[in-house]
Amino acid sequence: MNRRHKHSRAIERIIEGSLVVCSLASILILAVIFIFLFYEGVPAFRDISPHEFFLGTVWQVQAVEPAYGILPLLSGSTLVTTGAMVIAVPLSLLCSVYMAEVARPALREITKPFIELLAGIPSVVYGFVALTVLADITYELTGAVHRLNALNGALILAVMVSPTIISISEDAIGSVPREYREAAYALGADRWQTTSKVVFPAALSGIMVSIMLGLGRAIGETMAVLMATGNAPLLTFDILSSVQTMTAVIAIEMGEVTFGSTHFHALFAVGLVLLLITSVVNVTAEIVLQRFRSVRY
Amino acid sequence: MTNRELKAKIAFTAIRASALIVVAVACLLILHIVVNGYKIVSWSFILDSPRRGMTAGGIFPAIYGTVCLIVLTLAFALPIGLASAIYFSEYFGSKWSSLVIITRAASNILAGVPSIVYGLLGLGLFVLLTGFGFSLLSSSLTLSFLTLPVIIAASEEALHSVPLAYREAALALGATRWQTVRHAVLPYAIPGMITASILALSRAAGETAPILLTGAAYFLPRLPTSIFDQFMALPFHIFTLSTQSVNPAITRPIQYGTVLVLISLVLGMNLVAIMIRAYYRKRVRALL
Repeated sequence: MNRRHKHSRAIERIIEGSLVVCSLASILILAVIFIFLFYEGVPAFRDISPHEFFLGTVWQVQAVEPAYGILPLLSGSTLVTTGAMVIAVPLSLLCSVYMAEVARPALREITKPFIELLAGIPSVVYGFVALTVLADITYELTGAVHRLNALNGALILAVMVSPTIISISEDAIGSVPREYREAAYALGADRWQTTSKVVFPAALSGIMVSIMLGLGRAIGETMAVLMATGNAPLLTFDILSSVQTMTAVIAIEMGEVTFGSTHFHALFAVGLVLLLITSVVNVTAEIVLQRFRSVRY
Repeated sequence: MTNRELKAKIAFTAIRASALIVVAVACLLILHIVVNGYKIVSWSFILDSPRRGMTAGGIFPAIYGTVCLIVLTLAFALPIGLASAIYFSEYFGSKWSSLVIITRAASNILAGVPSIVYGLLGLGLFVLLTGFGFSLLSSSLTLSFLTLPVIIAASEEALHSVPLAYREAALALGATRWQTVRHAVLPYAIPGMITASILALSRAAGETAPILLTGAAYFLPRLPTSIFDQFMALPFHIFTLSTQSVNPAITRPIQYGTVLVLISLVLGMNLVAIMIRAYYRKRVRALL
């Protein structure tokens, strides 16, 4: 009996040990990502001064005197992302209120699969639709100079990030205790007053998290914006102009680059900037989420 | 009508309209793809190789490549993902609990890392440093990194949904921690974990940016025979045909067909996952 007991304890140890090792995988991967992007990105600054990289207004790698200024790419990413969020946030928040507060259960069950459907479609398919169909529509309606432009990218990106914002906000609104609503009704508030003045504020931190996660997704999205926005690294804030995002420049130019060249390292440096931006956004979301959890429970 | 009623009316109209817009967009998108794609999708389209410089023929090599990717990614990510989730959920509170908090945070941050950054990592680490080259192996390792946080988060949720009483009962009977997990928790959590993994894999199947940097090829005359070969893949096929070829308009029907096949694959995986979940939910409920 005693021996068997010892034996099973040894097995317990081994199993727990191997589970620990596996669970370290996420930390390891995260560490490896940062280490690698620094390792391949930092050498770019042997040939490009940080001043030129971070404040340069031209990204022109094919020229005799190549210029590696990240500002046009930053402006491209900012323009497309901002445009997408301006469209997606109000639409998604209203939709999440519909799902959590307004819709009858049957209608809710019908609506949900459509949102899940939007979440499941691969980004290259969104890019394809933006390139072939949506571009014609935006081009016709706005009279833009370029057929593929930032607005086109923003529109398709708005559709892509909406499911994220909707489902997380819906959860946040749905987890507001029923007593809050009942108290509001008891005080004579109507349905809209209850929703807008009681339920929505109570769910606000969860809603903020949903917006931040949507934002993180929008900044990091590659294929759809690559196919939709025309890929011209212009420093502009005109939504009807062609632009190129940080993600797109990496995807496009990495295919034709000589490994180990300045250009190669510069693309890793762009990736590093992208990683730092998305990490700040996601860590902020994580902190808000933790605080939200500790307050509620 | 008072001011207050009017306000409410406008608000609820806007709320209903926005839900309608989201549903309409989803419908239009799928309809558009089905209407334009179904004409070309046939058995020969699925089972044939591309011909005449990709302007005719089928997409079999791309389907084959994507299936290979899914299988390999599954093999790499599933064991580690499930083990992590079990550790996070079931061993919380034992000696390394602060480690659990850190790893969970790391896993959440990983989930937000853009896919192109995973591509850069795959390029630097697998293609160049370890010398796997542009290959199925490099791509599927990269994709398994990308799916890992999704598998972990969703599996953890499945484990959490098993009532605490089951664990307490097992522990009260003198079961060890692992015996508890193995016999009292996993049987009820496994369906949820399978669902989670299929959903994560369906996401991996549609990813383009990571494989673009780590081994997907525009055209290959033969199928990959080892994990060190390059491969064609459905999402990459859509991307190259619609943007990189000389005259994308000629291959438009093939593009729509490929999109339809990819969407069917991805949504089909989703459907299977949902059906598994529904089936086991019913069975577990019957047990309770």
